[in-house]
Amino acid sequence: MTGTSAPLLESVGGIPEAAIDEILVAEDVHKWFGPLHVLKGVSLTVRRGEVVVIIGASGSGKTTFVRCLNHLEEIDRGQIRVNGELIGYRKRGGRLVKDRERNIARQRRAIGMVFQRFNLFHHMTALENIVEAPVHVLGLEPAEAAARARALLDRIGLAEKEAAYPSQLSGGQQQRVAIARALAMKPRLMLFDEPTSALDPEMIGEVLDVMQELAREGMTMVVVSHEMGFAREVADRIVMMDDGQIIEEAPAETFFTAPRHPRSQAFLARIL
Amino acid sequence: MHFDWPFFWHYLLAPSETYLHGLTLTVVLSVVSQALGTVVGLFAALGRQSRLAPLRGLVGLYIWVMRGTPLLVQIVFIYTGLAAADLFRFYDIDLGVIVVPGNVQAAVLALSLNEGAYMAEIIRAGIASVDSGQTEAAKSVGMTYALLMRRIVLPQAARFVVPPLGNEFNAMLKNTTLVSVIGVQELLLSTETLTSATFRVFELYSVVALYFLTLTTAWGFVQSRIEARFGQSLGSATTPAPSFGERFFGRIGTRGPERPRAP
Repeated sequence: MTGTSAPLLESVGGIPEAAIDEILVAEDVHKWFGPLHVLKGVSLTVRRGEVVVIIGASGSGKTTFVRCLNHLEEIDRGQIRVNGELIGYRKRGGRLVKDRERNIARQRRAIGMVFQRFNLFHHMTALENIVEAPVHVLGLEPAEAAARARALLDRIGLAEKEAAYPSQLSGGQQQRVAIARALAMKPRLMLFDEPTSALDPEMIGEVLDVMQELAREGMTMVVVSHEMGFAREVADRIVMMDDGQIIEEAPAETFFTAPRHPRSQAFLARIL
Repeated sequence: MHFDWPFFWHYLLAPSETYLHGLTLTVVLSVVSQALGTVVGLFAALGRQSRLAPLRGLVGLYIWVMRGTPLLVQIVFIYTGLAAADLFRFYDIDLGVIVVPGNVQAAVLALSLNEGAYMAEIIRAGIASVDSGQTEAAKSVGMTYALLMRRIVLPQAARFVVPPLGNEFNAMLKNTTLVSVIGVQELLLSTETLTSATFRVFELYSVVALYFLTLTTAWGFVQSRIEARFGQSLGSATTPAPSFGERFFGRIGTRGPERPRAP
């Protein structure tokens, strides 16, 4: 795709050391939207370097679940730990209480997120989008942040687009910049919420290529996706969600060749 | 009808020093009050969305009172009313270079508090117009509320705020005439002083009307420039800025009615 040989993550100095092997541990996560019980006790563990792809019909709760992982949605029961740290809550006297906003913001630095609708900052160029958080959140020197951002842009094949505004970029280009923006924060975990669903078919490949490259370099990833080819090729594990619950969890090859749950079988029959 | 043309031309083209002083005061009052009002409006808009219910209530009360009572009443209340009740008196402040009279302070306070309430609504609408995905993306890279407001949301809200802000300033220029009731020597009171000496009301009010028309027209030029620049840097997501002709003679079609601001 980009024709570059240097690894993507080298431009941000590699993946930070993690203290523990289980980067993400979600236990019995529940979520209600009003009377609607959208997550009914979801538990998932993701180890360092693992790529987990969550699939399921729309309305199964998969998007809500990834949004809970960086506390964009509050959870109502259960707990989520990233790098051993409780997300969004802290223990006080044996009970979980809501954490301070500043603390939640700090926790999110280590968790990159890529959105279905890209959500690049409209009033900033591609380069400014990538530089913004390292400078204003991490306090990096602007010159150093810009050098890293240029290296990232180069790796994703958009070096010549650094001065372009999001409205001047194609969907695929915007999504690649969005991935670079997340990577510039040196996250330990990357979340992808249907990253190719809003793209024209001919642009899906360029985004999946970048994600595949990231996976190869050892990034820990949780991906909500309908791209079965990508899931089969890149995922270590497939998680099948249905009606707010995980109904099947299996290595990719096993899942696609011999799904156990009847609803997994029905889903695969429908989608493949 | 008798219209004294030489008298009219004289006061239009060769205004006295007091008259020019009134013109300056009108412009200074408008600029300062609009600037302060915008700052007040920004904090009121943020306060209106606060998680703290008492703060939300307080700001709501402020907006309700300021938009629900006449500006003329507010001006007299703040300057004369408070003093009459022995609650607060505005004294002249000596800033070294100039002395700011008490009634001018009261005028600025009343105009900016009133304007703040309207700006609060405008800025709130501007913030609401920014796609929620922008906030989520900012949060996801570790920004706090204050930082994401300052760096991401407010700069984007600005393009929705600038056009109505221009209209607010146009209204502000004209609303400054109301502070003549507390003796601030702006354009209208300078005119009244002259009419009481010459009794040439028709001529002198024609002159003052033309002065205001010149001020608002000049502002219209500036506003078009500002809007064109904002439109450029942010793509074409908003409706194009009205042309100069549209601004002064109205646009055919729907752009929402202009807010009536009669005292």
